[in-house]
Amino acid sequence: MNMLVFVKRVPDTESRIRIQHETKTIVEEGLNFIISPYDEYAIEEALRLKEAQGGTVKVVSVGRDEAATILRKCLAMGADEAVLIKDDAPESYDGLRTARIIARAVERKLGPADLLLFGKQSVGADNSQVPAMVAELLGLAQATVVTKLEVAGGSATAMREIEGGLEKVALTLPAVISAQKGLNEPRYETLKGIMAAKKKPVPMITLEELGLGAADLTPAVEAVGLDIPAARQAGKVLTGDPAETACQLVQLLRDEAKVI
Amino acid sequence: MIAVYLEIRDGKIKKSSLEALSEAKRRAQELGQEAAAVLAGAAVADLAPAAFGLGASKVYLLENQALADYSSQAYAIALAAFAAEAKPLAIFFPATALGKDLAPRVAARLGAGLATDCTKTAVKDGTLEYTRPIYAGKAFLTVRLKSSPQIATLRPNVFPLAEAAAGTGETLRIALAIPDGAIKGRVTEVLKEESAELDVTEADVVVSGGRGLKGPEAFGLLRDLAAVFPRAAVGASRSAVDSGWIGHQHQVGQTGKTVSPELYMAIGISGAIQHLAGMSSSKVIVAVNKDPEAPIMKVADYGIVGDLFEVVPKLTEELRKKLAE
Repeated sequence: MNMLVFVKRVPDTESRIRIQHETKTIVEEGLNFIISPYDEYAIEEALRLKEAQGGTVKVVSVGRDEAATILRKCLAMGADEAVLIKDDAPESYDGLRTARIIARAVERKLGPADLLLFGKQSVGADNSQVPAMVAELLGLAQATVVTKLEVAGGSATAMREIEGGLEKVALTLPAVISAQKGLNEPRYETLKGIMAAKKKPVPMITLEELGLGAADLTPAVEAVGLDIPAARQAGKVLTGDPAETACQLVQLLRDEAKVI
Repeated sequence: MIAVYLEIRDGKIKKSSLEALSEAKRRAQELGQEAAAVLAGAAVADLAPAAFGLGASKVYLLENQALADYSSQAYAIALAAFAAEAKPLAIFFPATALGKDLAPRVAARLGAGLATDCTKTAVKDGTLEYTRPIYAGKAFLTVRLKSSPQIATLRPNVFPLAEAAAGTGETLRIALAIPDGAIKGRVTEVLKEESAELDVTEADVVVSGGRGLKGPEAFGLLRDLAAVFPRAAVGASRSAVDSGWIGHQHQVGQTGKTVSPELYMAIGISGAIQHLAGMSSSKVIVAVNKDPEAPIMKVADYGIVGDLFEVVPKLTEELRKKLAE
């Protein structure tokens, strides 16, 4: 089974975000970058499927040269190959632009594949768009926000999270899967893996090679504002006897906050 | 026209979809346009009156046997057929599990720009603007969509629901051709959680627990507290989830869910940045923590400094009394 896993380099979730108003971008200086946490579940699932059923795992990232760092991490975890689709454009927050790049790359350079795995969203842009868009552009079935996946022969069954429960989705391969926390427990890379990953090449594909022009790459999303929410102010602090503070709080919630 | 896709579960239109329709109506009025609703399924005409009651002047019925069970592919074909015929300015979806599965597929099919999980919409210089949290709410991005149609998903529990009134309008059917061979994936079963708990994103009150709970048992105290309210859910911090005390679907924060309930109660949660990002847009925040210096206290409207094992049962008792009055 041939699997493609798509990963994105994002700021660590513990980061404090600062913004540049003029360019409507975040300040990258001083940030620690990681592989988007949901993408790790996608890689882990691919590696487990490979171990159980054989096949190959190719990891792909769309981004600047720096994305090679996270691709090497994936290689160290056990991926067979890594490819960087070089895109120097700043974050456009337009999932369709990224999806077009990925779909074209799958058609012309990366495929064929039985499974295309993604994280359910990148932490950062929080778009939750690209997996389903790629599925549509390639005419494939999809299961998004997946917490359990079973693959047998040419089909798969996925459990996806919905409000207050789960949905079982039957898929004919090839298909697109987006991973949710709970799908598995991602492994750590081994020292041996890290050493081996250093020696592996990370080939690069350019957008020109994919034959993508301005019509495909001009974002349909135009950022007109980017703001940090006003900091909340600390409110009243109650101390003392538990029964009394509980009583005071309930009174305040009713009379002052008016939420009960 | 601003059209709203109305999600149906258990034969009813979900509240989050009605919120989206209420918002669409407000913006459509500002633009001097009409609001419309879109219903899809095997037989959905019975649900049209609810949409008229919230101000939709048209209800589009996308009825086809291929839509009896949800399939993102089949539904995307249906929605695209609707868009081709009705040519709406924008299509809103609820930012629910279904809406976030379907809207990107429709957007890709139509070559449309999509704004995910919006918490505000506005009209500026005659153009719709969408504001949405990024970095789980550490920042808010406002965008315009330069496509026709524009597509947006609207976060549940954020947009006020309009008062329903008696209303009528036009019901239109869209002719659909959904070739069997094109459908490669389909929902075959829906499994509800045994407890049938509300999802944290849909609840009016979220009672969340963290490391201070010291183990899974104390979530029982939180469930008792949540049970006092009519529409409450139990949430958790990442450390409680990663310790295996509660399922990840309860996690609030940057690698969990972002919530904006009326009341958020953080019990034994210190308030890591990634957690604060996921709950800071709550209307009122209560924290119970033994550490007065915990970061959660700096964002809480009301903080109780004390032992949660003593405070929470008292709080449950007091709330029960007060709510019974």
